[in-house]
Amino acid sequence: MFVTEALAQTETPATDHALPPSDPAAAAHGETVQVEGEHGVFPPLNPEFFASQILWLAITFGVFYLVLDRVIIPRLSGILENRRDRIAFDLEAAEQMKAEADEAEAAYEQELAEARARSQEIAGAARDAARSDADRERRKIEKELDEKLAAAQARISEIKATAMADVGTIAEDVTETIVRELTDLDVSREVASEAVRAVRA
Amino acid sequence: MATDPIHQFQIHRLIPIEIGGLDLSFTNSSLFMVVTAGLAAGFLYWSTSGRGLIPGRLQSVSELFYEFVAGMLRDSAGSQGMRFFPFVFALFMFVLLANLIGLIPYFFTVTSHIIVTFSLAITVTAVVMGYGIYKHGLSWFAVFKPSGVPPAVAPFVILIEVISFLSRPISHSVRLFANMLAGHVTLKVFAGFVVSLSALGAVGVGGAILPLLMTVALTALELIVAVLQAYVFAILTCMYLNDAVHPHH
Repeated sequence: MFVTEALAQTETPATDHALPPSDPAAAAHGETVQVEGEHGVFPPLNPEFFASQILWLAITFGVFYLVLDRVIIPRLSGILENRRDRIAFDLEAAEQMKAEADEAEAAYEQELAEARARSQEIAGAARDAARSDADRERRKIEKELDEKLAAAQARISEIKATAMADVGTIAEDVTETIVRELTDLDVSREVASEAVRAVRA
Repeated sequence: MATDPIHQFQIHRLIPIEIGGLDLSFTNSSLFMVVTAGLAAGFLYWSTSGRGLIPGRLQSVSELFYEFVAGMLRDSAGSQGMRFFPFVFALFMFVLLANLIGLIPYFFTVTSHIIVTFSLAITVTAVVMGYGIYKHGLSWFAVFKPSGVPPAVAPFVILIEVISFLSRPISHSVRLFANMLAGHVTLKVFAGFVVSLSALGAVGVGGAILPLLMTVALTALELIVAVLQAYVFAILTCMYLNDAVHPHH
């Protein structure tokens, strides 16, 4: 019995929902008539407590509104604004730091480039100096060597001349000795040297 | 009457008050209005008391509500509409908490009574009209005359606009009220089936599983409806408030 009664009740709000909202008075009237038999006035539409509900809604909602308006909303907006400001400030600081870092990097790059140029310059100068040193040294050594070579060659030709001069004397001696040994003739020195000169010529 | 689905909407006096023949008693409805407002304000107050630069979980929730409603209002009514932010925020939080608290068994749903939702909706309309006329004077009534309408059909269009404007508080309030009412009745009916069937012995207990599952599913659905209807109520408020600040559309 309870169940069927409950079923009957569900239909009332459903029809109420489907009703066009333009005429709540008629809907309310229909509701009250339908359920009046057992429950009296349908409670959600019962005008008996309208005044009390309006009054207490005004009090509670009014106080709630005031608390929100005076305390909670300023506090919440303060929190959010504070955060927004902080984030903006931090972003600004970060941007500034980034600019500084960029600047420092540029300075560093420039310094690096300068240092590189300077080092190349130094290396080039050193290389040039080393090369000219080496050239000078080489030239000196070459000159010395040339001098020594010339001296050696002079000596060689001198020795050679002496040796060639000695060859005549030796040949005269040999000729004199050979003739004496072979013929037992006493050849004079002049004849021998004459003969040698004739042969050598 | 444990399974009477209407019983949950009954109002009874906790502290009877009568002034000038008007019954202004502090009822269970009043109690839950106090609970709703107290809980909403208490949560927002307590969760933001740390004023953390990096929010904790609860503070994040409060900030989320704040920014959600602020975004909603700014999108609908522009930056000029932001002067109504405390009002919309209060409405959203109040309706949301009232809907959610009502889902707890044995708790009263404030928003399931037409007079409550209608009072809130008529307040919105009053604010729209009051501020509109205060700010724009009589030219505010241009809100009823869409631009670019041929003069021949203008009276007809204006009539429709006026009717639609006047029916706003009704549709605005009935939407929330009917959703809450229907949801709670349906929940109660299915929960009632569980009790009724269980009384029938072993077979009944077995059969009661189906309505039990239905009740669980409906609870989830009602949770969505509770949040969604609070959102719908708030976004419609934002759209109506747009007429107060921008009457010439």
